[in-house]
Amino acid sequence: MGAITLENVVKRFGEAQVIHGVDLEIKDGEFVVFVGPSGCGKSTLLRLIAGLEDVSDGRIVIDGQDATDLPPARRRLAMVFQSYALYPHMSVARNIGFPLKMAGMDKAAIEAKVQGAAKILNLTDYLDRKPGQLSGGQRQRVAIGRAIVREPSAFLFDEPLSNLDAALRVNMRLEISELHQSLATTMIYVTHDQVEAMTMADKIVVLQGGKIEQVGSPLELYRNPRNKFVAGFIGSPAMNMVEGAEAAKAGATTIGVRPEHFVMSHESGQWRGKVGVAEHLGSDTFLHVEVEGVGPVTARATGEFEARHGDTVFLTPEEGRVYRFGPDGLAL
Amino acid sequence: MATLHTKAAARAMMSPAVILLLIWMAVPLAMTLYFSFLRYNLLMPGMEEYTGFLNYEFFLTDPAFPIALANTLMLVGGVLLITVVGGVFLAILLDQPFWGQGIVRLLAIAPFFVMPTVSALVWKNMLMHPVNGLFAWIARSFGAEPVDWLSSMPLFSIIIIVAWAWLPFATLIILTALQSLDSDQKEAAEMDGAGPVSIFLHITLPHLARALTVVILIETIFLLSVFAEILVTTSGGPGNASTNIAYLIYTQALLQFDVGTASAGGVVAVILANIVAIFLIRMIGKNLET
Repeated sequence: MGAITLENVVKRFGEAQVIHGVDLEIKDGEFVVFVGPSGCGKSTLLRLIAGLEDVSDGRIVIDGQDATDLPPARRRLAMVFQSYALYPHMSVARNIGFPLKMAGMDKAAIEAKVQGAAKILNLTDYLDRKPGQLSGGQRQRVAIGRAIVREPSAFLFDEPLSNLDAALRVNMRLEISELHQSLATTMIYVTHDQVEAMTMADKIVVLQGGKIEQVGSPLELYRNPRNKFVAGFIGSPAMNMVEGAEAAKAGATTIGVRPEHFVMSHESGQWRGKVGVAEHLGSDTFLHVEVEGVGPVTARATGEFEARHGDTVFLTPEEGRVYRFGPDGLAL
Repeated sequence: MATLHTKAAARAMMSPAVILLLIWMAVPLAMTLYFSFLRYNLLMPGMEEYTGFLNYEFFLTDPAFPIALANTLMLVGGVLLITVVGGVFLAILLDQPFWGQGIVRLLAIAPFFVMPTVSALVWKNMLMHPVNGLFAWIARSFGAEPVDWLSSMPLFSIIIIVAWAWLPFATLIILTALQSLDSDQKEAAEMDGAGPVSIFLHITLPHLARALTVVILIETIFLLSVFAEILVTTSGGPGNASTNIAYLIYTQALLQFDVGTASAGGVVAVILANIVAIFLIRMIGKNLET
């Protein structure tokens, strides 16, 4: 149904090469998230799969069929845009029904499908409104509705939640995850937000500079990052990277310790430092500590931990949770 | 408090301009109305007297009037048709990326800056002239009989001349509207399976609705009173074949020196323009609402 394979896909815009030979296997029904900093080529890669950009080199295979030169409409993919790209002069019902109308379906069948999609997405009361009269979250749902009525072999999402406020974003994240559970259709989701990536993905593809850095399940990437970039990108707050003497002791150029992998103490420990800022969230406590001989380190304690600006604390990295990286940035 | 204050101040400051405009508009209108009820001929000065609706009767029963009315409507309709359809077409062409885009756009807009009298004379003497004109030369080089445009199809020729001048205006407004179309929408439609024609019909054209409304309304206002092009090319002839309401009023006032009937014609023209405006607003005005 929705298996997609990229074989050595290259994209150039004039002289500039933005995608450098990407190979990727996406299985049917998988929720794949492309994540990376802005400018890493994740949106371009999605648009290549959608067919909105031409591939400069390489092949895209959808359901075992070479789709490299197929026009977007014939790839049986549906896309949800960051700007939603709703048709402003059409009612919600006509927006959702537009792909079916273009497919030449008869009116009664369109109506039934639109009603079905509206029911799934809680849009039944809004079918006669124009997109301009809807809130951001509702517009988002209309865009998703327009995608699901086509029953595509895969959904493509291009940063769909970045225009929503924080609370709505968490809601929509759940809704999209639930949608994926119920439809069991392949979904490819582009985001720069690693929390979205960690919470939704079956498989995360970390991109940087038009190359794939690592592919794996969220916890695989969390536990075994292949290099410094993935280690720093996955996890929040970011992993502490320490160079110099402390790293040399561990036999590496750089060592990385996640903030949650410290044992904190007021009395004794491996590293000694002064608290710069202490953030007490109740459920967690984040300490920004200036460690002697190491530099600034962020540490997280579960629950409450007494510490204030200027206090001396001791941090001990947990046994077996220290990541070691060689001079080329790869994990040792 | 502040808002009440600023409102009062704003009114006070606006009032001179508003009052001036009001006088500017109201005085000529009132004088036209006044003259339209007088028997007032410049050949017989000092003989003015009240005649009731006699001037209106003369103007409306003048055999030239229905012809002029039909010509006016055909002129407006024909020019609108050419400029709107041609404008959309040209705007889509100019919206494509090509080498020398800036210069081509500038040239495409240039006709709008040529004065109506000048453009009409150029068309009359250099393009449509049966002996010296470019069209006649083209016809002859294919061995065909040259067409005497202005005498054999005067109204059509004037429609072409006026449309040529107004086409850049339509193109310009439609082009800016085209450029404001979100490319995501076109891409979404493309993914939804719409071909180029469907995208044009379902996405581009509705997006242009507002711009087209503005073009139609503004052009209608100006096209109802086309005059210079007629004066320098056909002088309303042959016969009344290319006389519109504005030109008919001119012949009444300045060729027959009948100020009264001309004023009545002016009032009739104002009423006609309002009828057209009401119809237009009814038909397409909803496009201007947000």
